Amino acid sequence: MTAYPSESTGETGLRSDDLVIPAGVPDDTDPTGALTGPATLPLDAFHRAHGGKMVDFAGYALPVQYGAGVMAEHLHCRSRAVLFDVSHMGQALLHGTDAAAELEKLVPSDILGLKDGRQRYSVLLNEAGGIIDDLMIARLSADRMFLVVNAARKAVDYRHLETALPGSVRLEPMFDRALLALQGPGAAAVLDRLGVATSEIPFMGLAEALVGGIPVQLTRGGYTGEDGFELSVASDRAETLAETLIADPEVLLAGLGARDSLRLEAGLCLYGNDIDEVTTPVEASLNWVIGKRRREDFAFEGGVVVRDQLAHGAPRLRVGLRPEGRAPARAGTTIVAADGTEAGIVTSGTFGPSVEGGAPVSMGYLRRDLIEAGDISLLVRNRAIAARRASLPFVKHRYFSAKSAKA
Amino acid sequence: MTETRYTESHEWVRRESDGSLTVGITDHAQQALGDVVFVETPDVGRELTAKETAAVVESVKAASDIYAPVAGTVIAANEALSEDPALVNSEAESGAWFFKLKPADPSEFEALMDADAYAAFAAEH
Repeated sequence: MTAYPSESTGETGLRSDDLVIPAGVPDDTDPTGALTGPATLPLDAFHRAHGGKMVDFAGYALPVQYGAGVMAEHLHCRSRAVLFDVSHMGQALLHGTDAAAELEKLVPSDILGLKDGRQRYSVLLNEAGGIIDDLMIARLSADRMFLVVNAARKAVDYRHLETALPGSVRLEPMFDRALLALQGPGAAAVLDRLGVATSEIPFMGLAEALVGGIPVQLTRGGYTGEDGFELSVASDRAETLAETLIADPEVLLAGLGARDSLRLEAGLCLYGNDIDEVTTPVEASLNWVIGKRRREDFAFEGGVVVRDQLAHGAPRLRVGLRPEGRAPARAGTTIVAADGTEAGIVTSGTFGPSVEGGAPVSMGYLRRDLIEAGDISLLVRNRAIAARRASLPFVKHRYFSAKSAKA
Repeated sequence: MTETRYTESHEWVRRESDGSLTVGITDHAQQALGDVVFVETPDVGRELTAKETAAVVESVKAASDIYAPVAGTVIAANEALSEDPALVNSEAESGAWFFKLKPADPSEFEALMDADAYAAFAAEH
């Protein structure tokens, strides 16, 4: 038995890196770690002590799963609550009274319209409209923005920001912070039991709080489609915080495997797979990140291309795909049109445990002229498997709303 | 009297009393794979060469090939695995066999690893 895609290496047998969760290309342009921070994460020993099966992800050792296994961790997140360590992601501050105005020139979203204590998902664009990275942008105060960027893109992002932003805006990477994600319908109750008034934190809201006495900066949201929180905490308090959270019987530790199947079911992009520097937000079906006010003048990096694609259509679009049968169509699978021509490529694909009791789900890019065509198939191991386009997300988002809290 | 041998690619191969070979993946392999969600078995009658891809197993994490341990003809495939792929996790070395082969050369079986040799091999792989 040999796991794909290792045939070319001539190796046999299973390896710990058999897992198909690409993290983009690890950034090796920052050998000193000046832009990426320490290579060993604050919870490294914690993961090993709790049975984490460690793999390399974007240059960081992280658990792909714990003893429960990917499937159990995934389902636990949909029914109760799981804790992920996402400390590999880049956390940074932007200082300066014109930070929001200047950052807005690099992203298509309405950043000036962000209120204090609110965050927004957006994309850093290059001149061609390609996505340098996707990120969360929060406004802490009039002169301070908080960013969370992808692990594999830290050095690229920080260099881009330092180059593109004027001297009046200062970038401060926060290498002394860990980031934990508590996700699932039970997440809020877990934090409430630890002294947080979560009903006061709206979806995409940000708050300072004490969690079991530990100072934490909370944001409400995440990467699973469920209600949940990301907790930014001082590195030297991270282990105590993690132990405090998993002491609640509702909470199970979950690894990268479950994180990937959860985000794919939720229709969320993985940088390096579903979006990259040669993919625009219009192609990526991320038009919703382009702010209404920003569409008046498209005065941002890549705005000319984005405007043109919004007006005339992009050559290809990210879509959801449901293969027939049970075989997952994974990243790299060719999409074929009814006439046998190449119609596109799958960029993420796995088995979705929460889709109709368990079914394969994929996302990929489809040629624009085929978006409405019913007859497409996926070339899995040289065999055409019928597939249909499906709307995203595959599993309905269940984010927090004040209305659902009252009900 | 049956005898079970093993491959370096983590298949177990049981020689039945009629000389046919039953093939599955080892418990070590299923543990490494994690939750199995899909299995594809070979068509009965298919001629396989040694080390040719004969079946496919997919877990939530990855897809893996199952190889023919020796050359031969497929005489049976385990349909139950298509219905319930998780059997590979619960009964890897018993109920979750993948296919049965009529070997082209019965002596090829002897070249596979015995249980002790496989245990030593698996400890390092």
